[in-house]
Amino acid sequence: MDNSQHFKAPLMADLAAEGRTPEVLFWVGCAGSFDNRYKSVTIAFVKILNKLNVDFAVLGPEEMCTGDPAKRAGNEFLFQMQAMQNIETLNTYGVKKIVTACPHCFNIFKNEYPGLGGEYEVLHHATYLQQLIDAGLVKMQGGGEFKGKRITYHDSCYLGRANNIYEAPRKVLEQLDAELVEMKRCRTKGLCCGAGGAQIFKDAEKGKEEVHYERMNDVLEAKADVVAAACPFCMLMLTDGVKYKEKEGQIKVYDIAELVAQAEGLA
Amino acid sequence: MQVIQQVAFIVCLAVAAFFISRRVRRIAGNIQLGRPLSRKDRPSERLKKMLLLAFGQQKMFDKPLIGLMHFIIYAGFLLINIEVLEIVIDGIFGTHRVFAPFLGSFYGVVIGFFEFLAIGVIITCVIFLIRRNVLKIERFHKPEMKGWPQMDGNLILTIEIVLMLAILTMNAADSLLQLRGTDHYAVVGAFTFSQYLMPLMAGLDTGALIGIERVGWWLHILGIMAFALYVTYSKHLHIFLAFPNAYFSNMEPFGKFENMSTVTREVKLAMGLMEDDGADEGEAKFGAKDVTDLTWKNLMDAYSCTECGRCTEQCPANITGKKLSPRKVMMDTRDRVEEVGNYLSQGKTLAEALEMGDALYSDRYISKEELMACNTCNACVEACPVSIDPLNIIVELRRHIAMEETGTPASWNNMFANIENNMAPWKFSPSDRFNWVEELNK
Ligand code: SF4
Ligand code: SF4
Repeated sequence: MDNSQHFKAPLMADLAAEGRTPEVLFWVGCAGSFDNRYKSVTIAFVKILNKLNVDFAVLGPEEMCTGDPAKRAGNEFLFQMQAMQNIETLNTYGVKKIVTACPHCFNIFKNEYPGLGGEYEVLHHATYLQQLIDAGLVKMQGGGEFKGKRITYHDSCYLGRANNIYEAPRKVLEQLDAELVEMKRCRTKGLCCGAGGAQIFKDAEKGKEEVHYERMNDVLEAKADVVAAACPFCMLMLTDGVKYKEKEGQIKVYDIAELVAQAEGLA
Repeated sequence: MQVIQQVAFIVCLAVAAFFISRRVRRIAGNIQLGRPLSRKDRPSERLKKMLLLAFGQQKMFDKPLIGLMHFIIYAGFLLINIEVLEIVIDGIFGTHRVFAPFLGSFYGVVIGFFEFLAIGVIITCVIFLIRRNVLKIERFHKPEMKGWPQMDGNLILTIEIVLMLAILTMNAADSLLQLRGTDHYAVVGAFTFSQYLMPLMAGLDTGALIGIERVGWWLHILGIMAFALYVTYSKHLHIFLAFPNAYFSNMEPFGKFENMSTVTREVKLAMGLMEDDGADEGEAKFGAKDVTDLTWKNLMDAYSCTECGRCTEQCPANITGKKLSPRKVMMDTRDRVEEVGNYLSQGKTLAEALEMGDALYSDRYISKEELMACNTCNACVEACPVSIDPLNIIVELRRHIAMEETGTPASWNNMFANIENNMAPWKFSPSDRFNWVEELNK
């Protein structure tokens, strides 16, 4: 392990100035750029890309919200405005392949941008990491303290039901030296974290309970030490849920990229 | 006597056919009130989906025991129709068990099999009645199920039991009459299950037996006619609509929401990506306020809903006590389109009909509070055994709220403003977007 390694996150604009187009665009997303907790997922993933010498770049200040929350809230105008601006940027740089850690960005690139002129090969980082593991590039025999730990994976609605990606994140977790346990509501029947559909941007309607608190009951029942998420919003909601149940001492919430980075000794 | 029965039968058949076909035309007309939508692509994949979901009842087996029991009723329904065909022919021509001579000894086997199904149906219906009424399974007792919907469920199960008992009684009386060599009752032998009912009637005289046999026969066939008509007014329409509904269902990933082409045009004009070609889109509507703003598939979905509540049972909003229930969304859509259809049948124009009563998006039907609670998580769509998409309707109504009414909650309006001004849903400066890179080598 080389601790003195210097990690880089090249900007698309800089590479373009040198006349280069990288193989992969890492789409960071709004949470990945701004949220204090979730920024470490961005960093973990960039470190993995560095370690594997992936030819990638980010858009940096040129990235904009994909318009997902606007679209799910019903504001199609705002969504399409965002989409067209992003598509213009992406097409100007000749982007072919996008990898993102956000299932909402992934879904919108994969399913909704093509109709507006933005056609790219899009991968969620769960699938991307799984491909790297399958290719033998990520071995994960290094650090990480997962031995004997119980890890449970919380399905993101926009990966799972929305796009039928259930196995890739689990395959990634299986590589860790830990015990993978399922919550009673999982895969097609996985319970939403309560953030989707732009819910995270407003108070919940009147009810008996917050959705993410309800989800914590499943986490507790599974007796998990670690809850693995693959979505920034799930991560925020689950983290808040753990806090609400006062289990911060026992239960940790990580993104799968963070777990891989730890196991690779990159954390 | 015989002729009177034949005439009576033909009259009943004609009356039933008249009412049923009128009702079917009404429903078809109501569905066509929806906006156009093309679902003609990928015919072979669609066929496969229909075979799996509607014929094979794939999703029903998510709950294996219930799936099996439902399958018994379904198979009973399909196969007993063969017997109904015989009954209809007998009724019209005054014959008796017209298929018997053709099938010979095999006839007894066939009827025996039908009786087996009948017993299966009775047992299953009894279990389902207990499940609905005694076991208090939560999804059958949500607010939207109060009153008629709950009655509907019980009524249909009861009717099915009565119909099946009628067949068995009829067969038992028939067998006795055969034994006695009564005229008209050709000997085909006792049947597998109804023979056990024979001792109960053995003491009766031949006249009474003929009476019982006739009553059983008439009860069964009139029951079936009434049932067929009743079905068109009830959640049981799914026995027919499950097939086209699966065939025409959405084949795209559930996460893909349609891009509105009317909006694309306006956005392109606004961004200078397109010249105004002067084409007037007329009064383009954004999103749906009433049933006529939805597509015909949304409306077919509404008529196909079995009110089983599998969607609501999985809905995170409903689970946590919010007012939203995807099943209610479907029931409200159907009730509203029925209402509009009724006004139309009274000779009102469509515009008048829509003005009468409350729109689909209103406190009478689907309220803002319900719509705002949706996580767009697709749990309802995934759970539905008959390929219904409640989320699609929810999103269309939300679009109306956001774009026609600008009635979205203040915090959403803030989020919209942030996206527009700061390119992120939160109030951060766009120039800070890349600041995370400073922590990369810490
Ligand atoms: S998509 Fe909406 S209505 Fe359907 S289950 Fe999820 S929250 Fe409920
Ligand atoms: S929409 Fe589907 S799952 Fe929901 S009640 Fe109707 S049939 Fe059942």
